[in-house]
Order: sequence, then C-alpha cells, then structure tokens
Amino acid sequence: MQPPPASAQAIVCHELTKQFGDFRAVDKITLSVAQGEIFGFLGANGAGKTTAMRMLCGLSYPSAGQATVAGFDVYRQQEKIKQNIGYMSQKFSLYENLTILENIEFFGGIYGLSNQQLRAKSEELITTLGLHKEAKKLVGSLPLGWKQKLAFSVAIIHEPKIVFLDEPTGGVDPVTRRQFWDLIYAAADRGITNFVTTHYMDEAEYCNRVSIMVDGRVEALDSPANLKLQYHADSMDEVFYQLARGAQRGE
Amino acid sequence: MKQLLVFIRKEFYHVFRDRRTLLILFGLPTVQILLFGFALSSEVKDINIAVVDFARDNASQQLISKLQGSTRFRLQRAVLSYPEMETAFRRNTIKAALVFPANFNVDLLHTGHGQLQIIADASDPNTATTITNYLTAIIGDYQQELNQAAGPLPYQIIPETRMLYNPDMNGSLNFIPGVLALVLMIVCTTLTSVAIVREKELGTMEVLLVSPFRPLLVLIAKAVPYLVLSLLDFTLILLLSVFVLDVAVRGSVLLLYLETTVFIIACLSLGLLISNVTSTQQMAMLLSMMGMMLPTLLFTGYMFPLENLPVFLRWAPNVVPAHWYYLIVKAVMLKGLGFGAIWKETLILAGMSVALLGISLRNFNIRLA
Amino acid sequence: MRILFFLLRKEFRQIFRDKSILAVIFILPSIQLVIMPQAANYDVKNINLAVVDNDHSSYSRRLIAKVGSSGYFRIVAASPSFKQGLRLVEANTADLVLEIPAGFERNLVREGSQQLSLAVDAINGTRAGLGGAYLTRIIGDFNQAVRLEWQSPAPAAAIDVTSSNWYNPLGEYRFFMVPAILVLLLTMVGGFLTALNIVREKEIGTIEQINVSPIRKWQFILGKLIPFWVLGMVVFTIGLTIARVLYGIIPVGSIPVLYLFAGVYLVALLGFGLLISTYSETQVQAMFVAFFFIMIFILMSGLFTSLDSMPPWARYIAYCSPVTHFIEVVRMIILKGSSLRDVSHQLGYEAIFAVVLNTWAMLNYRKTT
Repeated sequence: MQPPPASAQAIVCHELTKQFGDFRAVDKITLSVAQGEIFGFLGANGAGKTTAMRMLCGLSYPSAGQATVAGFDVYRQQEKIKQNIGYMSQKFSLYENLTILENIEFFGGIYGLSNQQLRAKSEELITTLGLHKEAKKLVGSLPLGWKQKLAFSVAIIHEPKIVFLDEPTGGVDPVTRRQFWDLIYAAADRGITNFVTTHYMDEAEYCNRVSIMVDGRVEALDSPANLKLQYHADSMDEVFYQLARGAQRGE
Repeated sequence: MKQLLVFIRKEFYHVFRDRRTLLILFGLPTVQILLFGFALSSEVKDINIAVVDFARDNASQQLISKLQGSTRFRLQRAVLSYPEMETAFRRNTIKAALVFPANFNVDLLHTGHGQLQIIADASDPNTATTITNYLTAIIGDYQQELNQAAGPLPYQIIPETRMLYNPDMNGSLNFIPGVLALVLMIVCTTLTSVAIVREKELGTMEVLLVSPFRPLLVLIAKAVPYLVLSLLDFTLILLLSVFVLDVAVRGSVLLLYLETTVFIIACLSLGLLISNVTSTQQMAMLLSMMGMMLPTLLFTGYMFPLENLPVFLRWAPNVVPAHWYYLIVKAVMLKGLGFGAIWKETLILAGMSVALLGISLRNFNIRLA
Repeated sequence: MRILFFLLRKEFRQIFRDKSILAVIFILPSIQLVIMPQAANYDVKNINLAVVDNDHSSYSRRLIAKVGSSGYFRIVAASPSFKQGLRLVEANTADLVLEIPAGFERNLVREGSQQLSLAVDAINGTRAGLGGAYLTRIIGDFNQAVRLEWQSPAPAAAIDVTSSNWYNPLGEYRFFMVPAILVLLLTMVGGFLTALNIVREKEIGTIEQINVSPIRKWQFILGKLIPFWVLGMVVFTIGLTIARVLYGIIPVGSIPVLYLFAGVYLVALLGFGLLISTYSETQVQAMFVAFFFIMIFILMSGLFTSLDSMPPWARYIAYCSPVTHFIEVVRMIILKGSSLRDVSHQLGYEAIFAVVLNTWAMLNYRKTT
C-alpha cells in the first residue's frame, strides 16, 4: 500500500526506538497518523506507550529511528513541534494552586494568544465545560472528572494541529468519560489530530484507527472493525487479550 | 515483631536509595569538621596594616622594621598621606594604620616623650581591639629596648598563664560539640519531618495507616533508619576529630553514645512534631531549617557566648535541647568528666526527650482520630 | 516579552496564594533580625573569673578590685583553693581562675619580682585569648602603678600611644553583625526558595506542561528569577529598615550603590538556587544540596571569623563564593561609607557570578531529556 502524501500526515514514524541501558522501552515502532484522525495508541502497562509519546512530543530524545510530527523532525526541531501540539500528561499537570481562569490565562498566554483571544477562549471554554460558578475556584478543589476535562481543554487552547493524550480518562466515571470523548470528537471536527492512549477497550472503539503495543513493539495497527475481523473477535477487548497474552513485561 | 523488621527494612531501602542525600549527610559533617579544623580560626594574624610615616627618621625606621618582623602583620607599602590611608580603609585593603608624627625621633630623644597614633578599623570591633593590643605590645617592646641600658625593671609582676583543656589553643575544639549537635539536628529533625510529610503529600501515608500495623509501629519503623544514620554520623565526626584534628576523647565513649541517643530521641520527636503541623515538604523544610537551625546556632553556646544574651533572652538556651547536649559533650569529650558531673544536664535532656515524644505522639493520635 | 509577562504573573500569583510561604519569606527573617544580633554578640565582656587569694594583703585586694572594676570581668567566686577554682571551671561557672600566691606583696616589694598564675578555659579560643589578654593588661597597669609608688623618676624614653577606633568608635559589635546577618537571612531565604522551586514543579509534574510548550529556556529561567529577585529586594529593604529603627544603623555610604550591589548579588544567588533546582530530582535533595553549599558559603564568608586569618588556600575558596563579597561590601558601604569605586572590584566579581550561574542554570534546564 502506498503511504499517503507527507503533507496529509500529522505524525510519521519509522523504526522509532528508545533504549534505557539494556532495556529497550520502545522497539522500532513504525506508524503514521493522518491529519484530523483519532488514533488510539493501546498497550498494556509498561508496553512503552508513554515513552513513545514523550519522544513524539519532543520531551525525550529517541535512541534510533526517524519521526516527524506536524512535519517537523523529532531530533532537531522539537521547539517547532511544541508550537504545533498540545499534550495532556498522565499525571494531572495544571497548577492546583491557581484558579481555573488563571490556568487558562497562563497556558493561553504562553502559547502567544492575544488578550482578546484569551478573553474569548476563556469564555468559550468555561461555557462548554459548564464551569461558570467555579471559574474563580482553585483547580485543586475540583473533582477529578472536571480536572481532566479542563486539562484537555487547556491542552488545545491554542488550536494545535495535534493533541497527545496520555490515559486521559483514567479513574473517571463512565458518564464523564462519555463527555470527555464528546470533547475529543469536537476537537477532531475542528481538524485537530488526536493521539490517545487508553486502557478502556470501549474507548478503543471510538477511534478511527488503533495500534496495539506489546513489549515495546507495535503488534497490530488498523481500524477497530478490521482488527476484530482479523483476530476473529467480537470486541476489542478480545483482540487486546489475544495480543497482550504473549507479553513478557508485567506491571 | 517480624512484621516490624520487614517494615524497617523497607524504610532503610528508601533512605539508602537516595544517594545524593546520603552523600550530603556524610559530606556535611566532614566538610564542616575540616573547615573548622583547618580553614577557620579566630586567631588574628597576617593582618594588613599601613604605616603613615611623617617622621622618616631613625626611630620610625627601627620600629617599622620591627613590625615587619612580626608574623601578625603584613605591612602595606608606606602610605604618604591621610587621604591615601582613608582610601585604603574604605577599600578594605588595610585593617589598621600606625601614624608617626613629624619629629618623632627628636621628640623621643629630647623631651623623652614620643607620640604615636594607632588607627584601627573598628567596624570589626574584636579584631580592632586585638590589633591595637598587639601593636601596643610591639611598641612597648621597642620602648623597653631603648631603655635597656637602665637594666631590668624592678617590681615586676609576671603573670603565668595556663591554658586548660586545650594547651595548644586548638581552635576547632570548641566547634566539635557544636557541629555534632547541628548535624544530628539536621539528620533527625529535618529528614524525619520531611520524610513523613512527603508520604503525606504523595498520599502513601494513608496506605500505611490503613494497614494492620499500629500507627505507633509505623512511626517506629520510620524513625529507626534515621536513628541509625545519626549514630553513624556521630561516629564519623568522632573519628574525624580524633584522627584528623587530633582531638582526643578524654571521657567515656560509651557514655557519649548513650547521651547522644537521648539527644537523638529528642530530635526525632521534634521532627515528628513538625511533620504533624505541616502539610507540604517545603513548609516542613523551611520550618525545620529556618525555625530550628538558627536557634540551635544561636542558643547552644558554641558560636556565641551566652553570657552576652540580653536579659529577655536569657531563658532561651534552657529550652533548646542542643544546649544541654552541647554542655554534656563538652564535659565528657573535652574535659574528661564522668556521669557525676553531668547528671543534671542528662536529666533535663532526658526530660525534654520524653516530653517531646509524648506531645508528638499525642498529636499524631489526635490527627488520626 | 509577552510570554515572560504571563510566566511572571503566574509565579507571583502562586507565591501570594500560599500565605504560609509568604510568612516564611517576610516574617521569619524579620524576627530573626530582631533576635539574632542580640545573641550573635562576640563582645568579650562579662568574663567569669574565680579568684583565689592566698595572700590577703592590701596589694592583692587592690589588684582584685582593679580587675573587678575593669568592666570586662565578673568575679563569680572567691575560692579558698586553686583546686576549687578549677572545679568552677569544670562546671562552666568560671572561665578563668586567677591565683594570687601567699607572700605576693612581700615578695614583690623585697625581691622585686613575683609570679601570678592564671588558668584559662581554652576550649573557646577567642574568649580565652581575649580574656587572658585583658587580664594581663590589667595586671600590667597595676604593675605600673605599683612601680610608680616606689620609684619616682619615669623611664628615660616613653612612647605614648593613642589609639582611635574608626567607623565604630564605641566598638559596638552589633554594627559589625547586623549588616552581615541581613545578608545571611537574605541568602537563606533566597537560596532555599529558588532551589526548591523548579524541582517542586518537577515533583508535582507541572513542568511537563511547560516543557511541551514553545517557551524558551531563558524565558522560563527569567520567569523564576524575577519574582524572587523582587521578593529578595523587599526583604532587603525590610532588613535595612529594621537595622535603622532598632539598631540605629544608618548606612554611611550611598544607598543606591548598596541597592545596586544587592541587586547584582541576588541575581547571582538566585541563579545558584535555580542551578541546584535543575540538578535535583526531589525537593529533599535540593534542600540538602542547597543547605550544604549555603553552610559552606556562610562559614567561609568572613561573617564570623576574619578572612585574613584563613590560610591562603581557604581564602581562595572563600573568594569563589558570592556571599563573601557581599558581606564584605555591605559592611564597607554601611559602616565605612565606601563608594562605588571602592567596591568596583567586588561588584565585578559578583557580576561574573551572576552571569555564569544563571547561564549554567539555563543550559542545565532541559526541556528534552
């Protein structure tokens, strides 16, 4: 199959590898994600998802292989990449001792939004999330589900080309998860590429395509429907189970 | 009991995993001992002084060459005028100046009286006093030489001074008990409080407290590694003092270890208390560093003489455990006294330890309830 | 510039939100500046003296009265025997024992010479040295007086020495200590807070969100530096105000020069704190490393012991610390009125520290690992 032209690809990586001493956390992964796609990046704990994602975000240098994100090279153009992506880490990383509004202003500000844009964005974001009453409360005092939605909204406040989400719905109730995915769909509709890791296989079904990582390698990559067909499974759960069963690395 | 051992082992792993902190824990006392032993001294020597010589005669030349022979002073290039001297003072290039008036020699020979002026930079008053004393003594010697012909002076009182405990005037002696108290405070109070608050901050304390262990055991398990570390640090300082600084331990080593353990318990309790009243590591650190360390420096007695405390602060040393510990170490280690001489101090220190431990445990239980 | 504005606003908001940290920044140093100089007093006065008078003559009584009225000594006991005097030293009640032997007066008059014994508790070198020197001087004066009573003509040539204490005529030890303690407090607050700052964001995880943003490294470092610089200058101002109101210390030199120097110093110090922060993985580590270095800086800075009395190698090390230069200059400007030209050397060093430390911190802060 002919790869699509580079301009349409948000992320391209070829045999990307990360080595920590003897341990190969990410082992020659090759994949590409199209602009506007919702890409599910699945794998058991310790499979290397977060490490791979950190390389793509320009937070960590790859040991080998090539990759471009938004058309920029992960070795040399990390700062360019950072202008074009949003990132929501596994650990909640907004400032808990600032209010919702202050967090929005800060992160919007450092991405270069003008005052006018900031005002508009804050208003829009608070309305979408229904946080009018809480806008001046400290982020630390919010329930986890709200924090996560807020973190996502802040991660895309500057309308990046791509947003990386590292287990964004961990520990969140099903209703809130649903609402969270609505946010992801809304972002995708605006053309933002979503690169999501998750443990929930029902969420995998929401993705356009998914990859499944086992022991640092990408073992499967296709749309959920095709994968189920290929592995003769009724659900993504089953697909995942079949692949992850052979994993050497545990928790 | 076995569970407790397993638990303590886990805490040991925690403590010993952080190599950098460990390095500092043993590096800090080492560096301090070396600095106090070899770099810092309150002795006054190699002082830069200037001579303003308006006389330029025999007598002034003789006296100047006498000054040059002294190891106490380093003579700066002769200064010619007052303004030049003032500049030197303002630039800190000299600490004192000796001024010879014009006709110094003539006056001395003819009227029998010569006038000399010593100007000292008294922004550091003690050094100024000492310099003035030394200069006066050298001038006195010179005067005596001039009068040599008259024979030895009659009615001479000769004071014989004996330096007790420290005949070589080893400057580091006084600091050793102080460094001991300080380092033990750091290891026990600061580290303990931070270690516990850290677990609070990270949420792992909850996990421990819902485990089948009794809260008291949790605390014991946390405290034991620091107790061991402190005793190791104590041993290190003792060894350094004996082998590097040549300071002999005159009293009973066993007694020293026992007294130290009492002090360590007081420090650990303090650390526990701090951890009870704070919720962030930052706060615990600032409180134990700024709030505990400075009183220790000030009121222990090893940096500053307690006699000089103003009346409204006279009570302060009495409530600082480090003060009592310092007195004990000084008596046992440096003066070679036995338990008979320090039982009162020991009793007070032990009382403090028990009281602190009681308060902090009570506080801990209340917090749990 | 706009990005820097957002960074600064965020830092200030965080600092002002945490009231307990604010208290630590402003109130703790103020309290300490009020208390420390009371305790950090090296004035050697009130030396405790035990007297053993075996002579009970009019001379011995006169000598004791003279010592007692000198202002330096407090006669704590008249002991019947030297042994008992020594016991007082052991118990820390006395610092010195002066023993006047039986037959003192008779021997002095008949034989023309007589010995006196002095025993000094030499564990504390400064106190012992100065105490011994004062007592020797008083005995010397007494000797002179006795001699004059028996022998009318003065010696052939006498040199009258007059001494003047510049910059601090009354020899107030506080004038010397207060400015330096201000530096000490500023250094501790500034050093610790910056050392803990970046590493705290690392520990909490918020730094990730910064690292994936297009913020430049210099913007990030400046964003951390400026707020603490402002706070530091405020603390410095509060300190100067306290020095003025409470201790009557009014800078003799130019205040703008003082602030210029303080400003450059703070940049250097905060750069150092940030450097530690970028190297550390946990707050505990950062704090201990910061404590380790700040302790060495302060001990070697000439705050407590004079730089001149250090061996040359130690002096070179001392000059590699920004604290040393600042303490020297603060004393020079406040007490001696040194001008910008007088301190230009030190200012140059300080500026080099500021540039090197901050550049280093900036290079060592990695957005990509």
